Amino acid sequence: MSENVLFALEAAANGLTVGIMYSLVALGFVLIFKASGIFNFAQGVLALFAALTLVGFQTGQVPFAHLINAIFGTNIHDFGFTMPAALAILLTVLVMILIAILVERLVLKHLVNQEPIILFMATIGLAYFLEGLGDIMWGAEVKRLDVGIPQGMSPWVDEVTYNLFGYGFYLDELSLWALGIAAVLVTALVVFSQYTKQGRALRAVADDHQAALSVGISLRFIWVLTWSIAGIVALVAGIMWGSKSGVQFSLSLIALKALPVLILGGFTSIPGAIVGGLLIGVGEKLFDFLMQPVIGGATENWFAYMLALVFLLFRPQGLFGERIIERV
Amino acid sequence: MLDQSSEGYVTADGRQIGPVVLELKNITLRFGGVEAIKNISFDIRTGEIRAIIGPNGAGKSSMMNVISGFYVPQEGEIIYKGYKRAKMPPYQVARTGIARTFQNIALFEGMSVLDNIMTGRMNLMKSGFLKQALWWGPASREEDEHREKVEKVIDFLEIQHIRKTPVARLPYGLKKRVELARALAAEPQILLLDEPMAGMNVEEKEDMSRFILDVNDEFGTTIVLIEHDMGVVMDLSDRVVVMDYGKKIGDGTPDEVRGNQDVIDAYLGVSHDE
Repeated sequence: MSENVLFALEAAANGLTVGIMYSLVALGFVLIFKASGIFNFAQGVLALFAALTLVGFQTGQVPFAHLINAIFGTNIHDFGFTMPAALAILLTVLVMILIAILVERLVLKHLVNQEPIILFMATIGLAYFLEGLGDIMWGAEVKRLDVGIPQGMSPWVDEVTYNLFGYGFYLDELSLWALGIAAVLVTALVVFSQYTKQGRALRAVADDHQAALSVGISLRFIWVLTWSIAGIVALVAGIMWGSKSGVQFSLSLIALKALPVLILGGFTSIPGAIVGGLLIGVGEKLFDFLMQPVIGGATENWFAYMLALVFLLFRPQGLFGERIIERV
Repeated sequence: MLDQSSEGYVTADGRQIGPVVLELKNITLRFGGVEAIKNISFDIRTGEIRAIIGPNGAGKSSMMNVISGFYVPQEGEIIYKGYKRAKMPPYQVARTGIARTFQNIALFEGMSVLDNIMTGRMNLMKSGFLKQALWWGPASREEDEHREKVEKVIDFLEIQHIRKTPVARLPYGLKKRVELARALAAEPQILLLDEPMAGMNVEEKEDMSRFILDVNDEFGTTIVLIEHDMGVVMDLSDRVVVMDYGKKIGDGTPDEVRGNQDVIDAYLGVSHDE
């Protein structure tokens, strides 16, 4: 096989694993959008906040340390212990559930029956609030996140591809884990929504609020449930991105990358979010690889949005979204 | 603590009607400055088929929404099973044994007929979601039991042939029947039907009438219904409330109501000048 084809294949494989990260973020969007029709601008910040909190717990950081020191003139920074990753993750999950409860109590409850645009604005507010809170609580510096997922080149992929093609692919081991974890997550979500009582309630609410109320489903409980699940999905995304490039505030911007993923996959489809993410990941790597000699690099910054535009022209409901039929 | 003052009555066709199960006292409902319901009182007795009729815009659906908790009246009380009902959201009203259907069908379009009807049993399922997720055995046994009950409802309403069909693909008449099935699956004490026969052809209306009578007969379910087709209402119901412009203008057996001058005026469109 010619060298260029091999390079392209390697780029595509890398794209697949970047794509799954986009998918994870997009998944959080889809869950909330399906259940409540809210486009949750804060999804990216949720991922950031989850990652910050996780690192904070793991390293035994004192929350609000900076604030406390400034007010009381003390000089505390950490509790002086570290926490095993599993325990820290569990605690972070509890924090995400707490956030879901607070968001419902303090924001959503008061905006029932409002226009979607108002709810959207509320989530923008929430995004900035959470970003600020994360800053005050845990500090703004870039943090290293390590929950024990192996990193660096995967020797296994290198060996297999070397034996096959005589050229070893460089693939980050972390990305392979991300792929596996995303698969488990999606399977769990599908099983939950198809085979449990709460899952059925969730689908019911996604379908028709009035009818859901009439069979005795509490919308408020379902909102807390969806935001909790979206928070947990955000935590998974935060762990993956944080392990890869450190926990830093630019993490909240991956929300913007999830937007074209949603346009591709459809706003209401869980498989759509996954496939959309993968397509964009592979697409941008391949496009960059092929076009670099012609138009130079850094196409990754805009390729996804361009693809989304093309989709908006020809298939506005996305690959898997519900067909938009206007009855007159 | 049921009202013991009157034990009930026997209908013309010989059915025993029980004591009052739900009583509305001086209900007033406003939307801004508009009074949709003006100081209305009436009661519903166990086992009866109670109709609410009246011209368009009379406030019938609003009344239905008050009973099912979708609207909260500004004034008045609701006495349910002998106790004053506290202000509660509609999903909690549903949990007290009041099921309903909607004028403009509210089904879960994306789900199959079977899944739709299963949601009707949501309140009767006990296993929490952790139990369902972790301790599979009892939870799945429970699911099977509910499934069995749902199959009975499906047989009862003769919709076996569409069990697995997504609701979105069904014709209007069948959707109405599925909605009834979902409400029935909840094993309600009171079943509220908001225009169950609207938009149906004669044959479908006959089917639906038969189902309503059968439900009342077989399960002893108390039924409150709004209907426009006078013939159907008079045939089906034991007692009728007549509303016009948010006021109650008549209340009694179909024969009594038919002879009421106010009712005749409302339907023939006498002018409302003082």
